[in-house]
Amino acid sequence: MAVDEISAVQNERRWALAMGGVAAVMLAAIVWAGLGLHMNPPSNIETVDPNTLHVAGEFAENNLGTHVDSAGKITTRIVTTQFAFVPECVVVPQDMQVTFRLASPDVIHGLIVVGTNVNTMVVPGFVSQVHTVFDKPGDLLMPCHEFCGLGHGQMVAHVRVVPIADFRPDGDGRVTCDN
Amino acid sequence: MTINNRLILAHLWTAFAAFGVAILLGLWQMWVRSPLAAPLSTPDNYYLSVTAHGSAMAYVLTTFFIMGFGYFVAESALKQALPAPRLAWAGFVLGIVGTVLVVATVLSGQASVMFTFYPPLSASPLFYIGLVLVVVGSWIWCALMIVAMTRWKKANPGTPVPLAMYATVANAILWLWTTVGVAAELLFVVIPAAFGWTQTVDVGLTRTLFSWTLHAIVYFWLIPAYIAFYTMAPQAAGGRLFSDLMARGSFILFLLCGLPVGLHHLFMDPEHSSGFKTVQMMLTVLVAVPTLLTVFTVTASMEIGGRLRGGKGLLGWIGALPWERPMVLATGLSFFMLWFGGFGGLINMSYGMNAMVHNTSWVSAHFHMIFGGSVVIMYFAIAYHIWPNLTGRLAPSLVLQRAQLWLWAIGMMVMSLPWHWLGLSGQVRRVAQFDYADPSISWWAPWMIMSVVGGGMLVISAGMFIWNLVSFHFERTGAAKPGPVEYARALHPGVPVPAALNGFVLWNAFVLVLMAAAYTYPIAQFFILKPPQAVVHRVDRTP
Repeated sequence: MAVDEISAVQNERRWALAMGGVAAVMLAAIVWAGLGLHMNPPSNIETVDPNTLHVAGEFAENNLGTHVDSAGKITTRIVTTQFAFVPECVVVPQDMQVTFRLASPDVIHGLIVVGTNVNTMVVPGFVSQVHTVFDKPGDLLMPCHEFCGLGHGQMVAHVRVVPIADFRPDGDGRVTCDN
Repeated sequence: MTINNRLILAHLWTAFAAFGVAILLGLWQMWVRSPLAAPLSTPDNYYLSVTAHGSAMAYVLTTFFIMGFGYFVAESALKQALPAPRLAWAGFVLGIVGTVLVVATVLSGQASVMFTFYPPLSASPLFYIGLVLVVVGSWIWCALMIVAMTRWKKANPGTPVPLAMYATVANAILWLWTTVGVAAELLFVVIPAAFGWTQTVDVGLTRTLFSWTLHAIVYFWLIPAYIAFYTMAPQAAGGRLFSDLMARGSFILFLLCGLPVGLHHLFMDPEHSSGFKTVQMMLTVLVAVPTLLTVFTVTASMEIGGRLRGGKGLLGWIGALPWERPMVLATGLSFFMLWFGGFGGLINMSYGMNAMVHNTSWVSAHFHMIFGGSVVIMYFAIAYHIWPNLTGRLAPSLVLQRAQLWLWAIGMMVMSLPWHWLGLSGQVRRVAQFDYADPSISWWAPWMIMSVVGGGMLVISAGMFIWNLVSFHFERTGAAKPGPVEYARALHPGVPVPAALNGFVLWNAFVLVLMAAAYTYPIAQFFILKPPQAVVHRVDRTP
């Protein structure tokens, strides 16, 4: 053991620098994924009153589900409530940019679309917004992932991803699981 | 030898009693979630059980263990009597009263809000008051640790504070900073709402205040394990602490980097900007550094032991280590689990990748592996290490101790490795039952059964642990008496320690600056933005 304390600390310092380098590489990868691949969590800081959102406006019941606006922008609006998603099934087209907008009138909920990177908390008082592209057709599970009360486990919805040819908005630009 | 053994044993036995009950609940929860038919399986019982399991493991086991171990270190490392043991007993009583309130409200179904109790869900006010009492009891401990170190420094000018005590005080100071967030949340928002004094809550604000506490608390739990890595394992292995200075540096880095990172629990939340999330994500990456430094220093310290015992070659020293000693074995198993838990953690803290796993079983897998695995196995090893000193009796059986540690590590792997796959496949946490008839998730079934088997192994291991400790108390006192616990000596004793590495004034100033930078705006924004509030939802009253 021919090492003195100074050289021991020097060894440690070299290791610390190497580990700092590892941390820097990880950080660079994460930043690159965020900026380059647009892997950004919902961070829109947009407020909505949980006590009145169902009465009128964007989250009134007749405005929920998938809607294509005149510019062709596809938005899926869902209200998460104890203990159901409204609506419980939404249709989205494959290979196209879709924006989810969600709000809660009661407690905190959350959702994940299984097999995708669609994942957000739904915090009463705020609108959660997630952009995504679904690359495969099929019925995907969308469970609530934040404990919201005794019925939490029953809170499951579906996202139906259909080929573009089968994605047919009605006269108002709406698409539902029923038509 | 320690003087206040009854005080220390009272804390540690409270911790392990809570652990012994909570682990049975954990096994039952796995059983309920699995495709096997479990008794008493209703959502009410499941959420009650998850709340009890989480509160007992995260608040009772940890807080009482850390307090008891801290009192032990203060007496054995400083070789002086604890200041104001009556006050320490007062802290213990507060903690017990708090625990009783928590247990009573949870078991009577008035507090099924999970140990994270996110508003606007709201439980009986007594549940929150119980939690506050546990925290206030631990604040007394923090004060006593700081006073003990200050007195020792006055009595021993020019001598560095022993590392074990320095690290314990680092943890006490970390805990004081950590609890500010949850204390503010409870006292200003949650408790007034639970009493019905306010009808609405600012949900974003409460989540942000809780996040202040939610990450640093895990370093509070972890630091005792690191104290054992640095000061007990090298001694047990016959080695020397490679560098006392770097060890101090690691504990300071935990204090600095462990706090301003809580927003990484809120990556998927809509109420914070990408900017602040990114800043705290970057600070989170830095927390990996003290752990990686520890891996290096502790490995080097063990290597010294292995080589002194005749180990040769690049890796020959590993085989030469005295693996029959529980402290050495536990350290090896803990490091092994640390790689898995650490890897899972790196995915969690990655700003984008977090979306794949947030709130899924992956997260439960991560913290069971790293806390239940790496940390709690060191709680076991510490208990085995200090019990001879506390009881004045030698260990009845090292074989049973080793078997218990092995079974714990294997059980933890068997239980929580499947959770990683399932979480990545979209299995959410905290759900009582799954519909295994659904073809898209029916393949989960065998993996869930494997987890139940792992849980069963953990329960058996926990039973062996309790037995191993109880049997100390019934061991006949023979001629052989245990010696006092010795802490690892540094490879180069007598190296002058800079004043900054022998106190905390400077580092507290740094923490203040970091926390101000990381949290001022994220908290202030709720007072500027004034988001609409949510109506309080009581879980203990049917509407």
